[in-house]
Amino acid sequence: MIIEGKQKIWADYQKDIPDDHYFYVRSCIRQAFWPGSEVTFLDITRNKLGKDFYENPYHTTCGGIAYHSDTIPQETAMTIIARQFALMKESGYENYVCSCITSFGCYTETLETWHEYPELEAKIRQYLWDSCKKEFAKPKYLAHASDIIYKFRFEIAKQMKFPLVNAKTGKPLKVVEHIGCHYSKMFPSKGFGGAEYPHVLVGMIEAWGGEVVDYPERRQCCGFGFRQYFVQANRGYSESNTHKKFESMEPYEPDLIITNCPGCPYFLDRWQYVIAEQTGKTYGKNGYGIPALTYEEVAGLVMGYDPWDLGLQMHQVAIEPLLEKMGIPYDPKQKYQGLNGKDLGQPMCPSCIKSV
Amino acid sequence: MKENILIIGGGAAGMEAATQLQKMGLTPIIVEKSEHLGGHIAQWDRLFPAFHPAKDVVDQMLNQVKDVKTYLNTEVTDIQRNSDGFKAILSNNETIDAKAVILATGFDIFKAERKQEYGYGIYNNVMTSVELENFFRTGNDARINNPKKIGFVHCVGARDVKVCNTYCSKVCCTTALKQACEIKEVFPDAEVYTFYMDLRMFGPGYEDLYLKTQKDFDVKCVRGRVCEVSEDMDGKLVIKAEDTLFGKPLKMTLDVLVLMCSMEKNKSIDVIQQKLGVANNSDGFMQNKDMYLGMNGTAQDGVFVAGACTAPKSLPDTIGEARSVATQVFNYINSK
Amino acid sequence: MDFGFCLSPSSHVKMDSVDLTTFNHLKETNPDINTCIACGSCTATCTAGNFTEMSFRRILLMLQRGKEEEAKKMIQRCMLCGKCTLVCPRGINIRKILLDITR
Repeated sequence: MIIEGKQKIWADYQKDIPDDHYFYVRSCIRQAFWPGSEVTFLDITRNKLGKDFYENPYHTTCGGIAYHSDTIPQETAMTIIARQFALMKESGYENYVCSCITSFGCYTETLETWHEYPELEAKIRQYLWDSCKKEFAKPKYLAHASDIIYKFRFEIAKQMKFPLVNAKTGKPLKVVEHIGCHYSKMFPSKGFGGAEYPHVLVGMIEAWGGEVVDYPERRQCCGFGFRQYFVQANRGYSESNTHKKFESMEPYEPDLIITNCPGCPYFLDRWQYVIAEQTGKTYGKNGYGIPALTYEEVAGLVMGYDPWDLGLQMHQVAIEPLLEKMGIPYDPKQKYQGLNGKDLGQPMCPSCIKSV
Repeated sequence: MKENILIIGGGAAGMEAATQLQKMGLTPIIVEKSEHLGGHIAQWDRLFPAFHPAKDVVDQMLNQVKDVKTYLNTEVTDIQRNSDGFKAILSNNETIDAKAVILATGFDIFKAERKQEYGYGIYNNVMTSVELENFFRTGNDARINNPKKIGFVHCVGARDVKVCNTYCSKVCCTTALKQACEIKEVFPDAEVYTFYMDLRMFGPGYEDLYLKTQKDFDVKCVRGRVCEVSEDMDGKLVIKAEDTLFGKPLKMTLDVLVLMCSMEKNKSIDVIQQKLGVANNSDGFMQNKDMYLGMNGTAQDGVFVAGACTAPKSLPDTIGEARSVATQVFNYINSK
Repeated sequence: MDFGFCLSPSSHVKMDSVDLTTFNHLKETNPDINTCIACGSCTATCTAGNFTEMSFRRILLMLQRGKEEEAKKMIQRCMLCGKCTLVCPRGINIRKILLDITR
C-alpha cells in the first residue's frame, strides 16, 4: 500500500464546511438503534467545541427510508425534503447538517436533480405550498454530521482522554472503517476523500491514534439495502453481504469497526450474532465479536464519556473487551441501568457469541 | 527549392514526414521538446504483431533524419502567421520562418490513477502497460518478482464516459496480447489473464497474434471489465470482474495487474494549437479537415497534421500519415 | 435457531480455488480448446441446443470455472452429429473433445 497515493486523492476530494451555525436534523432509525449517538454528537459540538447547533422540533424523517423501499415516489420524498429546508429557512439557518447517510444521499440527489432540472424544483415548490403553505430556501452548505466531526477531529484529539491505543501494549488499535453507500458512491465529489478511498472516517481514526485496516472487501456494502432487509425471507442476502465483509477482514484481527451510517453499524453488529447462531463462528477473540460503533460513540469514548451514557449496552457485540483494551473504566453493574438507576432489564444471553 | 517546413514533434510522425520532405527538396525543421527523437516508440521494446524490435525501426528512422535540422529540448513558445507563411519563436529564443507547419505532436498516456478503482499509485503491484514495456526493455521492475498470476485490464481510460474518453484507443488490445505473450516468455509457468470488453484485432497479422496468444502461450482471455482492485494481507491484488460469457461475477487474486492505458492528445501543445487556430474534435484530439481525403489538412491554410495528434494510431498508421502529409505539403508549396 | 432466512452462497466464481485438472488434462491432447473465441456458432447450430441448454461454448467455460459436474451433465444432451465441428471458425475438433470429456 502506497499511502501517498491515497493522500493525493484525499487532497483532491475536500469540501467546504462552514465553521459554525448549523441546522441539525436527526435520523429516523438511529435514535432507536443507538440512542446515545445523536445526543453525544450535540453534546460534543455544542458543549465541548462551542458550536451553535439548532434543532427544529417540527422536523421529520426525510422520507428516504420510504423512497429507498419503493413505497413513495421521488416527488413525495422531494416535497418532504423541501419542507425540511423550509424549517431551516424559518429558523434563520443556511448550513444544513443531517445525522443519516441515506438522508445525506437524498438531500444531495435532490439538490443535484433540481440543479439539472429547475422545472422540477419549481414543481416541488408548488407542491410544498399546496400541502403546507411553506416556502423553502436551498441550504448554502449541506454536510453529513460525520463531516463535522471530521472537520473538528483534531480539536477532539486535543480533548482526548483515551486514544485508540491498546493501553497495555501501547500499540494502536486496528480499526476497520465502513462508509455508508449513500455518503459518496452516488456523488463522489460530495464526500471527503471521494468514493473509492473515503477519508471521512480514516481521518478520525488517524487523528485519534488508531491504525486503519484496508481489507479486500472494504468497499462492499453492509447489505442493508432497505428492501432486502425489510422482507424477512430476503434477509439472507443482507446477512450474506455482512458475512462476506467479516470473512475478508478477519485475518487482520480488527479491534473495532467505525461507521457513519444508521444501518451499517446495526447490521455489522446484529448479523455477528445471527452468523454465530447459524454457523458457530465469531470474528473477535475468545468467542467475542468485533464491536461496530458509530463515529459519535467512538468520539465519545476517546473523549472520556461513560460507555453506558453513550448507549454502548445497546450493542449486541460486547463492548467490554474494547473498553479494557483502551483502559476505559466502567461499572459492569450499571450496564443495564437507565437514568436514575432504573432497571432496564437484561437481554437473554446468546448461545454462541459472548455478550459480557 | 529550399522552403522551410516547421515540424513540431520528433516522434515517428515528425521524423518520417521530415525524411520524405527532405527527399522532395524541401527543408524540414524538427522541433522536439524532449531530449531525444523517436517519441514514445523509442521507449518501446518490441512491436506488435510480430515482436519486431522497436529499436530497429527507430534506428532506421533516426538514420534517415540525421541531416535534418533538429532542435532537441526545445519548444515552440509563440507562432504567428505572416505574408510569407509562419514565424515561430522557440524556447531557445531562436526564430524560424516557415512556409508551412506540421503538427506531429502525438499523444500522452492516460494517467492511470484517474481510474481510482484500479488503485494505481496506491496498490504496489498495479502497473501500466508502459511500465511493463519498460520492464521488457530493461529487465528491471521491483514489482515483477517471479509472478505466478498476472492480469491485464483493457480499455483503461478508453470507452469510458467516466473519464470523458468515449473513443477506442485502437492499439491497446493488440498491445495487451503482445505483452501477455511476452510475460509468458519470461515466466512460462505463470497464469496470464486478460480482461477485455471487445478484442479489436483489426490489422494484418493481429488475428494471428490472438491465435498465438491462446494456443502457444495459453493466455486466458476473459470478457469483462475489472470493476475493483484491492490488496490482501500479503500485498497480493484481489480483483473483481464479471465473466460476461459465463454470466457470473468472478473474483481472483493476482501478483501483478497491468493497466492498458489509452492514448490522449498531447496537451502540451494546446497554446500553440490555439494560436494556429486548430480546433479539437469531440474526442479531444486535433480536428483535421475530414477523415477521408483531408486527413492531413486542418481548417487553417498551411497548417497540417500527422500521426496520433488527431486520434489514437498504430505505428504503421502513423508512418502512412507522415508520408501522406509530406505529399500534401509538397503540393501546397508548389501551388503557391 | 430458525431465523426464517439463511446465508446465501456467493455467486462469485472463486478463480483462486477452481480445480482445472480436467481442463488441463483435456488441453494436453486437444490444444485447440484454448482457441475458442466464444462466437457461439457451435451452440447456434447444435441439434440438441435447439431443444435443450446444450452449448459447447459454455461447456468449455464451465470446465474453467469450477462447474465440471454441470458440464458433464450438459454433454449428455449431445447427439454427436458433428455439426458444431463443421461450423467452428477456429477449426476446433469439438466432437472429439466432447467424447474426450466424457471418457
